[in-house]
Amino acid sequence: MKNEDLQSIINGFSDNLEFSTEASEFLNVVVPKEQLHNICNQLKSNSSLKFDYAFCITGMDWGKDLGVIYHLESTELKHQIVVKVMVDDRENPVLDSVHDIWQTAEFHELEVYDFFGIKFNKHPKLRRLFLTPDWDGFPLRKDYVDEANMIVK
Amino acid sequence: MTNQEVKNKIKTEEYFVNMGPQHPAAHGVLRLLLTIDGEIIKNVEPDLGYIHRSIEKMCERDSYQQIVHLTDRMDYLSSHINNEAVCLTVEKALELEVSDRVKVIRTIISELTRLASHQLWWGVMGMDLGALTTYFYAFRDREMINDIFEETCGARLTMNYNVPGGLMFDIHPNFVKRTKEFIKHFKTKLPEYDRLLTGNVIFEKRTKGVGILTKEDAISYGVSGPVARGSGFASDVRKHHPYSAYDRVDFKEILFTEGDTYSRYKVRIAEMWESMSIIEQLIDNIPEGNIKETTKAVIKLPKGEFYQRVETARGELGVYINSTGTKNPYRVKFRSPGFSNLSVLNHITKGVKIADLVATMASFDFVIPDIDR
Repeated sequence: MKNEDLQSIINGFSDNLEFSTEASEFLNVVVPKEQLHNICNQLKSNSSLKFDYAFCITGMDWGKDLGVIYHLESTELKHQIVVKVMVDDRENPVLDSVHDIWQTAEFHELEVYDFFGIKFNKHPKLRRLFLTPDWDGFPLRKDYVDEANMIVK
Repeated sequence: MTNQEVKNKIKTEEYFVNMGPQHPAAHGVLRLLLTIDGEIIKNVEPDLGYIHRSIEKMCERDSYQQIVHLTDRMDYLSSHINNEAVCLTVEKALELEVSDRVKVIRTIISELTRLASHQLWWGVMGMDLGALTTYFYAFRDREMINDIFEETCGARLTMNYNVPGGLMFDIHPNFVKRTKEFIKHFKTKLPEYDRLLTGNVIFEKRTKGVGILTKEDAISYGVSGPVARGSGFASDVRKHHPYSAYDRVDFKEILFTEGDTYSRYKVRIAEMWESMSIIEQLIDNIPEGNIKETTKAVIKLPKGEFYQRVETARGELGVYINSTGTKNPYRVKFRSPGFSNLSVLNHITKGVKIADLVATMASFDFVIPDIDR
């Protein structure tokens, strides 16, 4: 399905979606964090979309906002989309987990929590995956400082 | 007493056992926290990070040429394909078209890499199930590929043959001859693999019906590569999103539908035949052309987000680069096949015995630096 058709279907889900195709090969859609779970659910269950394969889930620090980028594909209809969600509270960022929609998210959300500190509501067991449980800070954030172990150019 | 009465009399309790971080069946430092009841697995909780080097963070301070060198330390058995993934992403961002010669050479070496990786997997899969001979057979044949790599670019494992814009240098004059020699040799050896392991009664009993992964679960858990194709999920990036020279060769996407350890095994064996066929189609007609397009000494990508998918020996590797227009990327993410494949392990090994977990893990072909990055 073409990006324009995807956009017109998804636009019907909510009023607050921002679309862009600039600077990316995929159609990008920015979803408000309150609607993330609802929109993702529809992306998967809608019979003309069927985004069933979350092939990449990326944690992101845009400087001011933290967030997650979901690269989705439909294995049957062969179209792709990128869903972005942002959260501006850097002290206590919380998003909804989508592991009940794409089960791979359970693992990828652990990675995002480990490196960006974003907590996920309803995640079965949020824990440090790569780092030790007593690790201080979230290393992939842009403002993370570790003078002993990081070479800053 | 009947069996059931005996069972009721013997009380068992669940307890934790660490499998790893140093365990021969994990082929690296992977720690699995097993909850077991006797011999039956109740839960598998992976604990990662023992060789995490934060490659994604290092990428943020490096130039695009330097990033290529970091990637062959991820999945070191697919090092060429990892390098290619980054180069393709950078070339896509720069809208740089490489010559046909580069595309064909990259494809041939990618398939040689896949063969070498599958050979090693076959050797250690047999070893994990107690058949030590396979290990020696596999390493004997794999040596020939490593020799070709060594002659081509000086390295046997972490090759660094790709650079953004092409290849570091042209192929060695012996490359075509030796590759053909290898294909001829391996065509006689691959049936030997089947005779030794595939039809073995013990091997079949250990693998058939063990660790069953359904197609629905494979898709939902983001599984890719031979593991997904063993469950009937057509996920081959080479077929569905062709890159380099894969659009000009004729090859089959191997699919098995049983989803058990044995079908994952069969996928890889069949893929080795396909890889040899791809190389044979290309090796005689390597086109003439530039070996490297000129790029600026300091590569700056335009502002934007770039994504490239490739098929490594383990599955789909995705490279996501977010650029703000400077000489360093703002954010790099490697979607590694091993990490997503590992996420399904707990789901499919609930209720099996510990030895079956070992067999299942062997068929997943984990490379731990690929999971940890």
